Amino acid sequence: MDDIKRVIRDYVVKEYLEEGDDREITETTPLISGGIVDSFSMVSLKRFLERKYEIQIPDAEATTTAFDTVDSIAVVVGRFQKARA
Amino acid sequence: MTSTAAMSYEERVAGFDWSIAERELGYRPGEPINIGWYCTDRICEQGLAAKPALLWESHLGEERTYTYDDLRILSNAIADYLRRLGLGPGDRVCLFMDRIPELYIGFLGVLKMGGIVQPLFSAFGDESLFTRLNDAKTAAIITQKKHVLKVRKIRDTLPALRHIIVVDAGPSPLQAREVALDLESLPRVERFDAYPSTAETPSVLHYTSGTTGQPKGAQHVHYSLIAQYLTAKWVLDLQADDVYWCNADPGWVTGTSYGIIGPWANGVTQVVLDAGFQAEKWYRFIEKRRVTVWYSAPTAIRLLMREGTELVRRFDLSSLRHLCSVGEPLNAEAVIWSREAFGLPFHDTFWQTETGCIVITNFAGMPVKPGSMGRPFPGITATVVDPRTFEPYPEPGRVGLIALRPGWPSMMRSYWNNPTAYQGKFRNGWYLCGDRSSIDPEGYFWFVGRDDDVINTGGHLVGPFEIESALLEHPAVAESAAVSKPDPINMEVVKAFVTLKPGFAAGPDLELEIMNTIRRKLSPLAMPQEIEFVASLPKTRSGKIVRRVLRAQEWGEPVGDISTLMEE
Repeated sequence: MDDIKRVIRDYVVKEYLEEGDDREITETTPLISGGIVDSFSMVSLKRFLERKYEIQIPDAEATTTAFDTVDSIAVVVGRFQKARA
Repeated sequence: MTSTAAMSYEERVAGFDWSIAERELGYRPGEPINIGWYCTDRICEQGLAAKPALLWESHLGEERTYTYDDLRILSNAIADYLRRLGLGPGDRVCLFMDRIPELYIGFLGVLKMGGIVQPLFSAFGDESLFTRLNDAKTAAIITQKKHVLKVRKIRDTLPALRHIIVVDAGPSPLQAREVALDLESLPRVERFDAYPSTAETPSVLHYTSGTTGQPKGAQHVHYSLIAQYLTAKWVLDLQADDVYWCNADPGWVTGTSYGIIGPWANGVTQVVLDAGFQAEKWYRFIEKRRVTVWYSAPTAIRLLMREGTELVRRFDLSSLRHLCSVGEPLNAEAVIWSREAFGLPFHDTFWQTETGCIVITNFAGMPVKPGSMGRPFPGITATVVDPRTFEPYPEPGRVGLIALRPGWPSMMRSYWNNPTAYQGKFRNGWYLCGDRSSIDPEGYFWFVGRDDDVINTGGHLVGPFEIESALLEHPAVAESAAVSKPDPINMEVVKAFVTLKPGFAAGPDLELEIMNTIRRKLSPLAMPQEIEFVASLPKTRSGKIVRRVLRAQEWGEPVGDISTLMEE
């Protein structure tokens, strides 16, 4: 798991799982459709990523599909990092 | 069961009486009426025991099917289990679960046992949970392993909470007051005498938010069945062969009135997808399950719109024949889009936790005016009153308060522990919904907005007081105000204005930290989507924070009279 994915995974575990919740979050665990992160909570996840990676993710790009797994979120982050560079 | 779609509005209203539902259900006034029995045993007695009642699917693709006989036997088993735990009539039993079968069947089991069922949204944080369990003096909570962690945080401050029932405990160690309940291995109970509740016996306690104070428990009774049965039949147009999908979570009133009681009292097959929103998965589910009637919400519809009609075309959704929507006003664009995407309009329905059933609506077969809430359900006297005199406007087109004449079967009977707040909902003999609307010359209602500070986000009401109280618990926050701001998907979202204590610096990191704090304590719905750090908040000379000034600022509306505000 690369750094971006690890950061996303760790943030999801820290913020969206209760302490003591032992569910494993992998790169492909469904986050939105799996009920771990909902569309409202996505806002704080997006805000975190924007701060951490100094990028701006337009709302239209922050879809429930794009934010459904650690893998797909990392793709979004990577794309906007490239756009910034 | 035949469709009533061909009936005109006038035909439905003419000679209407709620006894239509009583006769169809075989209920005679004065006799026992238990929602749990009517949704299970009665359907089996009609020869439908083998008919699928619930086709359930998880986000992982796990599937379970329950017939009406399964519902009957398993709800008996849960009722019997609860009784053996020492629970009895009138005890509040909270359901705190995702949309798993145990939630739906547990709802019926609690009612059969004679308990008052208290469903709560499983995304609630421990503070929201505490507020509601403490107010209701809840005796037991049925929950899942992943949610019991929140219960454990607060159980020691809830002396009335005698039992914490975990439905998927497996080999996990249990703690104080916890017991395991495995629905699949629970002994089947063929015969169980459902509690002989009467029309006015309390049934369901749904918490809802207001402008002031903490959330209030709208208390419903078993007689609500009469209205929920008939509105489900007439408005959702449920018929014998339908496959019905209600998107609402039973933690909210739509999920119980029309996600449990309405469809099952009508003997209809319903499907449940226990998964978060994702357009493709939803369409695939409709295609696979051949859904015919779909009850959704404007926020979901707008999210689907965002994904476009091309995605719709990739699925065979030809099974759909009737679409309805609830939660917040359905904008005209969404109605027009649904015609283009599905070949069918979404029919808007208006009601609220306190009304227990749909009260203003667009019927199947009724001309839909995109953007309108529709017309009153027969048996519901609805009007728009002048906010100063509380008299109905004599002419159409004037904007006033939506008012209902009390007395329909599913109207709440009180707010739990708070009769004063309940009485406060009435003026001049009218029940005031807290919404503003106008009525056009043809009798269609047109929603304008809320008449108070309650925030309607994604179809869920959030009270500013609860958010502000939680904000004040953050060490950096000195003062706070929570208001709505417009949002293209959720209609409204929460925005907080905050002043900081000395020594704290405003900035994006603090904003994110406060947002996450509120999400964990209360719920994702209550989390401010934006926090504005300000030097001071507008206040009256007596020091009361004036939210309306901040709200007007967010909506670009006139702030009104500010002569009584304190000068900074």
